[in-house]
Parts: sequence; C-alpha cells; structure tokens
Amino acid sequence: MSENNSRRGFLATSAAALAGLTLAPGIRLVEIAAAKPDHEPVTAKVRWGMLIDTTRCQSGCTECVSACGKENGLSEVTKPRTDAQWIRKIDLKELKTGRALSLPMMCQHCAHPPCVDVCPTGASFKRADGIVLVDRHICIGCRYCMMACPYKARSFVHEPLTDQNPEVPRGQGCVESCTLCVHRVDRGGTPACVEACAAAGGGNGGAMLFGDLNDPESAIAKRIREVKTTQVRADLKLDLGVRYEGI
Amino acid sequence: MASAPTYVETQSRPGAFWGLLAAGGLFMLAAFAAFLHFEHSGHVVTGMDNQIVWGMPHVFAVFLIVAASGVLNVASIGSVFGKPAYKARAPLSGLLALAMMAGGLAVLAADLGRPDRLIVAMTHFNFKSIFALNMMFYSGFFAIVAAYLVTLMDRSLGGYNKVLGFLAFFWRLALTTATGSIFGFLIARTAYGSALMAPMFIIYSFAYGLAAFLIVQGGMYAWNSLKLDEGILARMKNLLAVFVGASLYFTAVMHLTSLYFARQIDYERFLLLDGGVYTATFWLGQVVVGGILPLVLLFAPGATQMRVIVASVLVVLGGLAQMFVTIVGGQAFPLEIFPGYAISSTFQDGVVNNYSPVLGEFALGFGGIALAFLITVVAVRVLRFLPQDDFATLKAED
Repeated sequence: MSENNSRRGFLATSAAALAGLTLAPGIRLVEIAAAKPDHEPVTAKVRWGMLIDTTRCQSGCTECVSACGKENGLSEVTKPRTDAQWIRKIDLKELKTGRALSLPMMCQHCAHPPCVDVCPTGASFKRADGIVLVDRHICIGCRYCMMACPYKARSFVHEPLTDQNPEVPRGQGCVESCTLCVHRVDRGGTPACVEACAAAGGGNGGAMLFGDLNDPESAIAKRIREVKTTQVRADLKLDLGVRYEGI
Repeated sequence: MASAPTYVETQSRPGAFWGLLAAGGLFMLAAFAAFLHFEHSGHVVTGMDNQIVWGMPHVFAVFLIVAASGVLNVASIGSVFGKPAYKARAPLSGLLALAMMAGGLAVLAADLGRPDRLIVAMTHFNFKSIFALNMMFYSGFFAIVAAYLVTLMDRSLGGYNKVLGFLAFFWRLALTTATGSIFGFLIARTAYGSALMAPMFIIYSFAYGLAAFLIVQGGMYAWNSLKLDEGILARMKNLLAVFVGASLYFTAVMHLTSLYFARQIDYERFLLLDGGVYTATFWLGQVVVGGILPLVLLFAPGATQMRVIVASVLVVLGGLAQMFVTIVGGQAFPLEIFPGYAISSTFQDGVVNNYSPVLGEFALGFGGIALAFLITVVAVRVLRFLPQDDFATLKAED
C-alpha cells in the first residue's frame, strides 16, 4: 500500500512539475518568437519612418507597387479610378527647369494626421509608434478622411473582395491605406516595398530605407542627419514619418 | 388677432392627397432600389471613385441639411424676434425643418460605405472630428425642434415656447456653423480650408430655407384655394431678396479673398474661367439662376404669389448648383502635392478629375427630397400646420 501511495505521490508531483514547466517555457517561447509580443503595447519610444532617395528611384520601376499588392492582397490595378492603390509611383517634372524625378507616394504616417482628426468614429487612428491605421471594425465608409488627406494616400474599397491575405483583412465599403506592413514590422521585419526595392537594386541597396527615427543609431536617423531631406507639403507642419531625399 | 394665430386642418381633396403620397412613394422606392444596388455591388457602380469621393448624394444631402436649419428661421423670427406674422408660420417652419433634416440625413446614411454600421457612428465619437460634432448637432436638432413644435401646438405648454425658441435658434446657428466647417477644416484642398465657410453656409441656409418655406406655403395656399395676405407676401419676399443678396455678397468675398492668395489663383482660374461644367454651373447655376434672376423677380414691381414661388424655386436650384460646385468642383481640381511640378501617376495625380454621376445617385438624392415631402404632406393632413392670418375669410370661403 505504501508503495502505491508513493507511486501516486510521484505521479502527482511529476504532473505538477510538468504543468509548471509547460507554463514557464510557454511564456518564454512567445517572447523569443516575436520582436514585440502581442500582449505588449506598442510604445512611443519608437517612431517608425521611411527615407526615400529619389536620386536612386527609377522612373518606370514599379517593384515597390507590385510587392505591396502581393503582400497585402491588393489586386492588380485594372480600374485606376476605383481600384485600391496603397502605394503609387509618381513622375515629377519641375515646371521651370524641366528636372525630372520619380518617387513612390503612400501614406506619409503623419504625427498629426488630418485623417485621424476628421474621422467621426475614431476608426482612423495613429499607433504610439507613429503608424497610421484604419480600424476596419468601426470604419463606416464616410470617406471624410479621403477628403482630408493632403497626399491622396487613401483608397475606398469599391467592390466585393476575394482572395484576401488573412494577415491583412480588408472590407468592402471601408477606407484603407498603407499600413507600413504593420504585421511584418511587429515581427521585427520591414515593409514589403522596402524589401522589394532593395532586391531590385541588386548589391547596391535600394532607394528606400526603413527604421526607427527616434533611435539616433539607426541607419535612417544617421542618413537624415547627413543629407538634406524633405517632407512633402512641409508647409502643413504634419511632421511626416516618410521623408524624401533629392527633391 | 395677430397675437393668437389660428391654424386649420386641410382635409379637402382626398384623391389628390393619395396621389401626392403615391408620387412621393415612387421616388422613395427608386431611392431604395438605388441604395440596395450600391450596397450590394459596392460604389463601383456609381460615378464616384477614389478622387471624387463625395458625389451627387452629398450634394442633395448637404443641401437638405443646410436648408433644414434655414427653414427654421421663419419660426425664430416669430418666437425670438416676436413678429406675429412669422409666429403664425412657426409650426410649419418647425415641421419643414424636421422633415428636411430627416431627408438629408437619410441620403447621407444611404451613401455610406457601411450603412449597416450606423449604430457605430452613434456610439463611437471622436470628439476632435467636426463630423462627429455634426452628428450630435443633428440629433439635438430633432429633439429641440420637436419639443419646440409641441410648445407651439399645445397651448398648455406655451410658457416654454420662448425658451425653446431661443434654444432652437442658437442650436441651428451652431449646427450650420459645424456643417460649413466640414469643408472649412479641410486644410489640404485649395477649394476649402477657409474660416469663411461657416458664416457663408449660414447665410446660404437663410436663403435656401426661406425659399423652401415659400414654395411649401404657396403650395398649401393654392391647395386650399386661399390667397396669402399681400402685406405678408411682400415682407417675406423682401426678406428672401435680402438673403439672396447676402449669399451673393459672401460668395464674392470668398472668391476675392481666395484670389488674394497667390497659391490659390490656379484654383480660382479653374472655377471662374476654365473649369468646364464647374465654371458653367457656378456662373449660370449659382450666380444667375440662384442669385440674379430671383433678385430681378423679387424686386420687379407688382410681385405676385406665383412670381415669388418661381423665384424661390430658382433659389433652390441655385442652391443645388452651389453645393455641386462646392462639393464636387472642390474635389475635381487636382490636389497640389508638389507645387511647381508637373505630376503624373496611375492615381490621376495632376489631372482634373472626371465625374459622371449615374441615375441611381440622383434617385438617392431625390429620395431625400421625397422623404421630406411625404413627412410634410402627411403631417399637414393630420395636424394643424396651415398658417392662417385671417380666420374669418377662411370660414367664408369654406
């Protein structure tokens, strides 16, 4: 009987120990797998930003646009009037001198975003780390944010959607825009457009640089310290997360 | 006596009454069909796109909302400023305000990308948004004007009439200020972003609202084979002329100040000279049809009831033209992202945006007018709204 008892005691102790072990490593495993664990809020210590070198951006190259479409489940643009375009290539020609340049334009992730100010329900919001997003659960599709955006960065979903990327849920009748590939960034990755641009640039790197503007040691912060960069429509004083070089 | 206005019910001509309901119902049905079509297929079947995001439904909706706040002025002149001729018209004014507001909001809601989430719009508020503030003003407007209407029609509550009249007056001024500010707060677009938008919308609302009131009042008098007192007609037509003149003045000041800023000259050139349909709608629709012609009709000697109604219809048409120019014209002009550069892209950057509204968008807009019409026709039938200045004359004609 005592042998039985001790066996029961052993099993109980082992079960308890096993339960404890599973719980503890469970927590650790999550911490290791993600750059930012899901249960931790984003912090304002980070300000995600992007620097685009227009001197290296080629007219006619649309690698960033294609990568964005693939990553976020956007269909190829066949109806330019109504299809969603989170990022687009813009060709510019200075009226006086004729100087030509090409650049990608997308949500500029303003520190003071007009779209967030005007949104009646609070569906347009800015994360603490500077990424401007749309909460697709409370967007009513009023399109006031599209009226307010100085960069035409937003698209309205005009048609029923098929073949969505589960990581980037979208919805007919809602407004959407560049998320800075937040699902990748939260895992420690970079936006798809930046990756594609770098790949297209071969060994020379790309025209797009992504990083933390608040970290003085980040490549983007160093570069912004070294060269003259521009915020588009700087007169509006929106403190943009996306900067351009060579405009 | 002027201090104790009387009202009559209009129970005559039942066949024609049902005919009016059927006509209004048909427009409502067409609007409902358009609504179902847009929501099922998405806005891709409309003329709106990612550049012209607010189209014809907004033109009608904002017009109705602005006119709704303006039509209440007739009641305010009676209750707040104590003019007996206007006090007799206060109930009809309050009714029209509620009916037109309901019509405008219905169109606005029907054009949402997600109209099924209307409850979200009523439960989630971003207090920094002027749009959210407008929604609160609209809800409050219904409550205040309805209570005001009760005090006008139930004499036992007449003691509250003055207070509610004042409240309704200030509320409607705040509401139109907020509606104008929807455009005034858009810093990015050249056409908007002006503090003048709010007072300009208020003066527009005075004109559109009074015009709508005069049309309905004229219709009701004609229906009952009554003749409006000439003194009252003369006062109301002169007031309309003042409002139309003031609207023209604000429009002129708006464009003159805009021309003063070098960065806005391109937009002014577009709107005033070479903007195609927008230029034509501005000059012919807003200025000539909505401003100059009504002024001529109102000030020409020997104004008749019919001529005042024609002038009022022109003011309403001019109002719709103004909304089209303000809302659609403002979006058609290319957004200046890189001043000093010629710009091109797959997203219509740098080009004047095209807008070809489909029939369903008009159906939706007319549906809003039909809703306001039906509410008015039914209410006038079952309750006493017809302003009656001389009860003895009416009895004699019966």
